[in-house]
Amino acid sequence: MSMKGARIFVECLLRENVEVIFGIPGGVVLSIYDELYDAPIKHVLMRHEQAAAHAADGYARASGKVGVCLATSGPGATNLVTGIVTAHMDSVPLVVFTGNVPTHLIGNDAFQEADIVGITRPCTKHNYLVRRTEDLPRVIKEAFYIASTGRPGPVLVDMPKDLLLSEAEFSYPETVSLRGYRPVVEADRRQIEAAARALMEAKRPVVYAGGGVITSGASAELLEVAELAEIPVTTTLMGIGGFPTVHRLSLGMLGMHGTWYANTAISHADLLFAIGVRFDDRVTGKLEEFAAEAKKIHVEIDPSEINKNVPVDLPILGDAKAVLQQLKPYLIEMRAKMPPEWHDERRAWITQIERWKREHPLCYDDDEEVIKPQRLIEEISRATRGDAIISVDVGQHQMWAAQFYRFKRPRTWLSSSGLGTMGFGFPAAIGAQMARPDQLVVAIVGDGGFQMTMQELATVAEHRLPVKVVIVNNAYLGMVRQWQQIFFNGRYSAVDLSLSPDFARLAEAFGIVGYRVTRPAALADTIEEAFSIPGPVVLDVHVAPEENVYPMVPPGASIKEMIEGQYKSPKTFQLT
Amino acid sequence: MNQTLSLLVENKSGVLARIAGLFSARGYNIESLSVAKTDDPTLSHITMVVDLEPRIVEHLLKLLDKMIDVISVANLSGGKMVERELVLLKVRVDPAQRMEILKEAELFRARVIDVGSDSYIFEATGDTEKIEAFIDLFRKYTIEEVARTGAVAMSRGLTSPHRVTATGRSK
Ligand SMILES: Cc1ncc(C[n+]2csc(CCOP(=O)(O)OP(=O)(O)O)c2C)c(N)n1
Ligand SMILES: [Mg+2]
Repeated sequence: MSMKGARIFVECLLRENVEVIFGIPGGVVLSIYDELYDAPIKHVLMRHEQAAAHAADGYARASGKVGVCLATSGPGATNLVTGIVTAHMDSVPLVVFTGNVPTHLIGNDAFQEADIVGITRPCTKHNYLVRRTEDLPRVIKEAFYIASTGRPGPVLVDMPKDLLLSEAEFSYPETVSLRGYRPVVEADRRQIEAAARALMEAKRPVVYAGGGVITSGASAELLEVAELAEIPVTTTLMGIGGFPTVHRLSLGMLGMHGTWYANTAISHADLLFAIGVRFDDRVTGKLEEFAAEAKKIHVEIDPSEINKNVPVDLPILGDAKAVLQQLKPYLIEMRAKMPPEWHDERRAWITQIERWKREHPLCYDDDEEVIKPQRLIEEISRATRGDAIISVDVGQHQMWAAQFYRFKRPRTWLSSSGLGTMGFGFPAAIGAQMARPDQLVVAIVGDGGFQMTMQELATVAEHRLPVKVVIVNNAYLGMVRQWQQIFFNGRYSAVDLSLSPDFARLAEAFGIVGYRVTRPAALADTIEEAFSIPGPVVLDVHVAPEENVYPMVPPGASIKEMIEGQYKSPKTFQLT
Repeated sequence: MNQTLSLLVENKSGVLARIAGLFSARGYNIESLSVAKTDDPTLSHITMVVDLEPRIVEHLLKLLDKMIDVISVANLSGGKMVERELVLLKVRVDPAQRMEILKEAELFRARVIDVGSDSYIFEATGDTEKIEAFIDLFRKYTIEEVARTGAVAMSRGLTSPHRVTATGRSK
């Protein structure tokens, strides 16, 4: 059947089972918006395109499906860029659609023209400038396929206006044929067997698990393998939720603000089983000293990550879930044959780790006068029983949430980890809530970052999205302040946010319930009450302004060299 | 150390920009680059010479291989390969020097492809070393212009790194 490009666009999205798109209209995409007017696809009108990209990203992270956003040419397209780079750095599957000026005007400095394909070339997994209406179905099919397979990532499709207005025959391709793209890799059996043997034979093994575990849906398998081989597990910031926070083998997060015991275990390990990770500098600290005593196994779907930062002894190219599944029978067989001494050795290693957990727990000085941010996170964790989707922004609050929330499941932790994009947390929570309408979604944001995308209060108000926004209000660009305190002699330059708006009243201006909490005594009850409200809520929680995140590995230092907090009567984070 | 990379890519817009961007984003220079379609007009062959540490080249090759429009990549240096370059060299000639210049060009089997009233254009092919020697030879005259294709290269024998089937590469 022959139809207009704009209609073809909508038909393609329907074939891809797209339920919701986040976007803002404009001149060159009017034809698409006209089709969306009565199409069975939900369109969420955002208030800034950056937020549209983050919302699509939050949708994808919470659901595992491809997130979709749409913007007009020029400024609409360029506003998406931060969101695209954010998704690219964290391997999140997005298909980003932009309109462009008519083909004959491209390259002409036409009104609202931007070379968005050129701009996003280095920060997309792939991108397209569509040249003919009849190419749209193939390109869209490929875009969804590329975004969601292998190591996922954002794909941008730029559509000149004339293409959307002219007609072509529509048929949606059944399959994709890309001779330069083969995302499915089958891990080598011999390497799997060698890995199984190394895991069992090691004396002090540690699993270092990352976002790849979440992406491939491998957390159940990870738990099985860890228990089978009796190996403690630490996760990266991206890997949070991939292994339960509360588990006898859990070490929590490693890296710059990781737990003392995770970093110490890594430093003592004789075997590192790295899975779905990329040895990021925020994780490894000084590279030469990272897991220096350990033989390294690296399970990874992206060949370009292997040996990139750290030379590995046993690379396994493959999907995390498939590799763990293949490992299991070997581990079962080997474990059955292990002598009693093996169990003694493993017990010794785990006992050592338990001692480290007791001696160097996560902790803070609680206070009766002022709310401690760590206490706030613990209260949120308690109130939600670890069942909420937590979408965080970037800064101290992000690290406290990573440390003090008790995660149980994958896809309940949304964090811009690679790019560290302030302004991500709130719009990502909107996307997550669209993906999971029945789940409690809490955006834990800083007073700084929230102000970068807080215009989206209008979006949650319009759709009555029951997102709970908790502002960890320390009246500072806290993470920057902490670095200035530690590394720049306390010269606080451009970090004072004490003249921020009254966020509770601001929420009310949007028609949203707002709370302002300043007293520790009122905290638990207010959270309880706010979270039971069926609509959106903003909770402005005033916390101790100069609290720091510890432990901390100074930039460039070895992860053995952690600065620990000094506490008078530490309240410790209970891992049971 | 110079390394010669060979890439088989889709012959379409944006591919070269993507490949070049990988190098420019890291501040790496490309020493030479030659691109044209192959016997299959949907495919282009790229020969690229870079002066980078082997460890970096290895990583870049993986990144290139990851690109959707890149079908196959190989580092030809280290293996057995043939490498050729073509140069056009325009030299100013005084009538008195004509014979002498032609003789010198002969040594390199260069051909005259344009004769002006006071200039010659020579065409010479060879490996990079020969091309550089050829250019050096003319420095004692007045070189007006030099245009080089950059190296094109292939591995020797039937061991091509780029065997393409309908569905993709087979190694
Ligand atoms: C878009 C952007 N700009 C700047 C930064 C640098 N930065 C990192 S953390 C931070 C402070 C964040 O302050 P706030 O949102 O109040 O969170 P807090 O650290 O106080 O919890 C800044 C400015 C960033 N990560 N992202
Ligand atoms: Mg703050």
